[in-house]
Amino acid sequence: MNATQSATAHDVVIGLEVHVQLATQSKLFCSCATRFGAPPNTLTCPLCIGMPGTLPVMNRHAFELALQTAVSLDCQIAPFTKWDRKNYYYPDLPKGYQISQYDLPFSHDGHLDTYDPKGNLPVRRVGIIRVHLEEDAGKSMHDEAAGKSDSLIDLNRTGTPLLEIVTEPDMRSPAEAKAFLTELKLLLTYLGVSDCNMQEGSLRVDANINLHVPRNGETIATPIVEVKNMNSFRAVERALEYEAGRQWEEWQATGQKMGDVPKQTRGWDDAANLTRPQRHKEESSDYRYFPDPDLVPVVVSPEEIEVITKSLGELPAALRSRLESEYGLSAYDSDVLVNQGRSLASYFVQVAEACGNGKLASNWIQQDILRLLKERQETIDDFPVSAAALADLLRKVDQGELDTSKGRDVLGGMIDSGQPAEDVMLELGIAAVDESELTALCEQLLVENERIVADVQAGKVQAIGALIGQAKKRNPNVNPGRVREICLQLISKRA
Amino acid sequence: MSLSREAVTKVALLARLELTPEELDSITSQLGQIVDYVQQLSSVDTEGVEPMAHAMEQHNVFRADEVRPSLPREEALANAPRHNDEYYRVPAVLGD
Repeated sequence: MNATQSATAHDVVIGLEVHVQLATQSKLFCSCATRFGAPPNTLTCPLCIGMPGTLPVMNRHAFELALQTAVSLDCQIAPFTKWDRKNYYYPDLPKGYQISQYDLPFSHDGHLDTYDPKGNLPVRRVGIIRVHLEEDAGKSMHDEAAGKSDSLIDLNRTGTPLLEIVTEPDMRSPAEAKAFLTELKLLLTYLGVSDCNMQEGSLRVDANINLHVPRNGETIATPIVEVKNMNSFRAVERALEYEAGRQWEEWQATGQKMGDVPKQTRGWDDAANLTRPQRHKEESSDYRYFPDPDLVPVVVSPEEIEVITKSLGELPAALRSRLESEYGLSAYDSDVLVNQGRSLASYFVQVAEACGNGKLASNWIQQDILRLLKERQETIDDFPVSAAALADLLRKVDQGELDTSKGRDVLGGMIDSGQPAEDVMLELGIAAVDESELTALCEQLLVENERIVADVQAGKVQAIGALIGQAKKRNPNVNPGRVREICLQLISKRA
Repeated sequence: MSLSREAVTKVALLARLELTPEELDSITSQLGQIVDYVQQLSSVDTEGVEPMAHAMEQHNVFRADEVRPSLPREEALANAPRHNDEYYRVPAVLGD
């Protein structure tokens, strides 16, 4: 918050409109592929380029993914839903209308709670006004010297299934908007309904923002501005920070309230770090919606909703709190693991269950496994060490048979050879040192180093380090941590 | 006459139709007659009748999520007034 903003208390009010491409193989109303990156205009057919006489038929999987999303957002599912034509002219919309949903969206009135593992932001329950299913338009490419040459149109994307998710204006800061988007993306990724890749346009965000300024016991709302063209969550946060500051200055200069001026649309310029007004589309609000006569309505039964609900699996918020309560992880650690996706989180759960030490499993996965996955450029599904094999190794670490550094060597060997920890230890000549053997060694060292014993007894505990060094010289397989523990125990018994 | 000239002018703009004053006159009159004709429906007593979202009583018509071959690009672009063998070319969309 900058100085001008904090000068007078006021609320920043933010609502979001998120478009998400659903992860189907084929388009919403025809059988063309939805693949990204194909050569321009190679994924079209008479239907999606709007030829007369074609008829749309809805993709069942798209509707199922849409239902899964809405149920996960705690939305009410409409028992009866239909599709409408939204009429407007634009070169990337070959039919002259977009098939969307107007007055009877398939779902409405849900919510999603924001989450901040660091606890800096309040948990905000963000209302979901509606989620509806519609088709995407094509892509227009404009020449830099706009107006000087043609625009080019690629219709590959035309007809790709899109979910539009509209929130209530419930967010009170740009950071909260970002936190909401992060949580939404995590949820959608867990469901597998979308890859949420913003660079490829699978997830697009528009934001509505204004200020609520208290004055003489009343709250004055400033004009709402819609901000577009934000290409990352960070850009959303920065654009809204800029816009909140700009609106505050404008409010102080003009005193304009909501309704005094028409709703404005501004585009975020990431490089210039500011928003600019966008030209108004003439008559843009007159879409003349009417029910699409080519598509029949869809009826959803409570039984179908039940089946969908049961198929969802554990969702991020529930999983996070389970990792904390059942495995004793901190909010931060559970968040890191859950954010790695469903496969990695389930790998963690298997390791933690099998080795019996959740914190140890969490540390190893975060410090070693994640690093190795990054180096090897692979996902946990392709990682050569199974959860059971890692748990086996971690049990040895947990019981003091191996210290962390030797454990790492063994893990490296397991990856290279595909052998279990036991075999790798044999191969590397790392023998687990028997506990009684270790105790005998420690006793021997104490007898030989009376001065160190005296130092430790006098309170110089760090003197024990010399004993650990000697122990390692005599037997490289000893676990330094255990040597320290045993020596201290023996010394305290002597006292 | 149930339609005003202004209403027809607006509808023509939304439909991207450029009408001469003479065409506007005749279309205002013709469209007005169509609207009047359909207007007869409002004389029917619909008290207690559930509104329908679709003329057919059918619902839940789906297809499986299966990819089928798309059109070869030459064919997709064949009817376009202008193209560059890869893209449709249209008059510049942005810029005043």
